[in-house]
Parts: sequence; C-alpha cells; structure tokens
Amino acid sequence: MFVTTAFAASEGETHNAAAGETHTETGVPHGDGHSAMFPPFDSATFPSQILWLAITFGLFYLFLKNAVVPRIAGILEVRHDRIAQDLDQAARMKQEADEAIAAYEQELADARAKANQIGQEARDAAKAEADAERKETEAALDKKLADAESRIAAIKADAMKDVGAIAEETAMTLVEQLVGKATKTEIAAAVKSVNG
Amino acid sequence: MRDAAPAITGLRDVADPNKVDPIHQFHINKLIDLQIGGLDFSFTNSALFMVIVVVLTGAFLVLTTSSRGLVPSRMQSVSEMAYEFVANMLRDAAGTHGMKFFPLVFSIFMFVLVANLIGLFPYFFTVTSHIIVTFALAMLVILTVVIYGFMKHGLKFLKLFVPSGVPGLLMPLVVAIEIVSFLSRPVSLSVRLFANMLAGHITLKVFAGFVVSLGAMGGIGFAGAILPLFMAVALTGLELLVAFLQAYVFAVLTCMYLNDALHPSH
Repeated sequence: MFVTTAFAASEGETHNAAAGETHTETGVPHGDGHSAMFPPFDSATFPSQILWLAITFGLFYLFLKNAVVPRIAGILEVRHDRIAQDLDQAARMKQEADEAIAAYEQELADARAKANQIGQEARDAAKAEADAERKETEAALDKKLADAESRIAAIKADAMKDVGAIAEETAMTLVEQLVGKATKTEIAAAVKSVNG
Repeated sequence: MRDAAPAITGLRDVADPNKVDPIHQFHINKLIDLQIGGLDFSFTNSALFMVIVVVLTGAFLVLTTSSRGLVPSRMQSVSEMAYEFVANMLRDAAGTHGMKFFPLVFSIFMFVLVANLIGLFPYFFTVTSHIIVTFALAMLVILTVVIYGFMKHGLKFLKLFVPSGVPGLLMPLVVAIEIVSFLSRPVSLSVRLFANMLAGHITLKVFAGFVVSLGAMGGIGFAGAILPLFMAVALTGLELLVAFLQAYVFAVLTCMYLNDALHPSH
C-alpha cells in the first residue's frame, strides 16, 4: 500500500515466494497451527493456560504463604516491637526527668524559703539593735538636754538676780553723773518700780 | 533480486498497515508440545510468561527482604509497602478476621500487578490479556468465598442473598437480584481486567503501527509520524497507570467478596 506500484509489481513474484518464510521468521502465525479466531477466545488454548496458571500460581501462592509473608510479617513485627519498646523507654526516661525536675524545684523552693528566713532574721536583729541603740542615744541626748536646760535655767536665774544689782549700780552712776548723789535706797526703789 | 527479497518483504511486512496486526501480540505459540488425553497442555509463550512473572516476583520479594533490616533498604521498603498496602486493604474491607486470606489476596495482587507491568514491555506477552486466565483467577476468588462461606456459616451463608429490612412483598425480587449480582461477580471481575489489558495493548499497538507505517513513507510521512509517536508515549504512561489500577481493583474486589464470606448477613 505504501510501496509504489512499479516496485510492488517487480517484487510481486519474490514476495509471494518468500511470504511463508517471512511469517515463520517473524513468528507471525497466520493459518498454520492456529485457528483464525481472536486468540483470547480460542478455546483450544484454554486447557494449557489453565494448567500452567494452576501450576505457576499454585506454587507462587505456596511460596508466598510459607516463605515471603511470614518473613515480611516478622520484619514488621520486630520493627513494631522495637518501636514500642523504644517508646516505653522514652516514656520511662521522661518520667525520670520529670521527677528529677520536681526534686530540683522542691530543693530550690526550700533553699529560697530558707534564704528568706535567714534574711528576715538578720533584718529583724539589725532592726532591734538599731532600735536599742537609737533609744539609748535618745535617752542620753534627753538627759544632756535636761542638764543643759537646768543649767540654762540656773544661769538665767543667776543672771536675773544680778540684773537688779547691775541696774542699781548703773542707775546710781547715771544719777550721780547727772544730778549728783543719790541714796542707795532711792535707787533700789526706782529700779524695783521699773522692774515691776 | 532474489537475495534482497527477504529483507524487503520484511520491511514491507511492518510498513504495510494491513500487516501491522494489533492482534498478533495475543497469539499463543507452543514452545513445548504436550498432549494429555486428547487435550492440549503445551508449554506456550503464555505459560513461559506466567513462570517469568512468578519467578521474578518471588525472587524480588525474597531477595529484598533477605537482610531483614530493622531500617529497611529502598528495595526492602518496596516489598514492605506492597505487603502493607494489601494488608491494609484487606483489613479495611474484611476486618482482622480477613487476615487469614492475606496470602491469597497478596499473591493475586502481586501476580496480576507484575503480569500487567511485564506485559508493557515490547515483544512481551501479557498473561492477563487472556480471558481464561483472568476468569480462572476470578473463579478462584469466588469459589474460595462460596466454599469458605458454607464451611464457616453453613446454610446461614445464604443470608447473603436476603438483605435485612426489606418488605416481604419485595423479598423475592430482591433475592433474585442479589443472586444474579452474585453470579455476575466472576464475570465482571475477570472481564474488567481482561478488557482493560486487551484494549490498552491494542491501542498501543495501533498507534505504534502508525509510527512505523508513516515513518516508512519518508518525507511528510516522517513528520506525520511524530504525532502518533507522542500518542504512543502518552499511552504507555496511561497503561502503566491502568496496569497498577486494575491490579488494585482486582485485589479490592477480592477483599470485598471475601468480606461476604466472613460476614454474610448484611
């Protein structure tokens, strides 16, 4: 069909002669040994196919059932067990770690409490000492203050006592300078009246 | 001219679209003739590929898991993934009781999957493209269901055909429908896989044949061959998906039918 007619005509003779040969060579089995039927529906091949399928598939089934399936199942089971075991171990380790953390935190809390207590005690002691010292100092100061006040009062009283005499003297001097002699009794009476 | 003839006719054989026979790949050739009791039990190319599938799959599963690594190597992961994939499928569909059928479902899934995948290689024979093979596998499943169902539950297994909560008047009709649907299971199960494989391979072959036919014309034909070539590549990808999907569908339906054998009452 795709060969030119001239070429086909010249080859016609040899082609026909070689036809059978070619078919056997390429294994195309038209005609001889095969019915012209559509091969999958050719019942002549059924017994052979069923027999060989039974043999091959039967052996395949037995082989898989007895050798392959137990082996792969074993591999998967071992892996599964191993993973479960590892997970168990991991869980156990995690628990241990949790316990260690809890213990550590407990210790930390204790230590903190203890430190607070010590700090509190030290603070209290220091405060008490400071209070005592302050009280002592205040008392001493109060005493000194009282002494000073009494001394001032005494000095003031003395001074006040002296004020009359000084005024009399001063007044007498002033009067003598201004008007001459004045009696001591007059002066004292005058000073006394001014002093009130 | 005589000595050049075979080569030229060989080329014409492929180049002529009438000679690119998409059915050719499904032909069964005898490799070792074997007749027993008038029946033909010859070792054929189909049988050869069954052996290849079984040996390849068995060897892969055993060799990849031989180290029994706690941390799997890549290839060991493939085997384990296949195992767990089928195990989860069966457990979801039929519960933990269904795991007693695990070797059966696993071998069916692996056999169909590898047969489908090997069939994708050019010049390789696809075991699952023959209805008798898929039908035999489907019958294996259905017979397992029926035999196990009667063994385990006795006549209570027939409750499978009597859904609860159906009004009495409708019961005969519903039971008839249930029986028909049960009987059609092996047919639908086998035809689904067979038809998918057959159609996919014919389509691939037709497009690949276009590439060869057009390419042989030279010139414009050569340029025109690019489109079917892309088509053939894309279809190969699609067929890869179909190969996996059909193995999965076959295995899932097997699991669901086995669930009926384990728990017949709806």
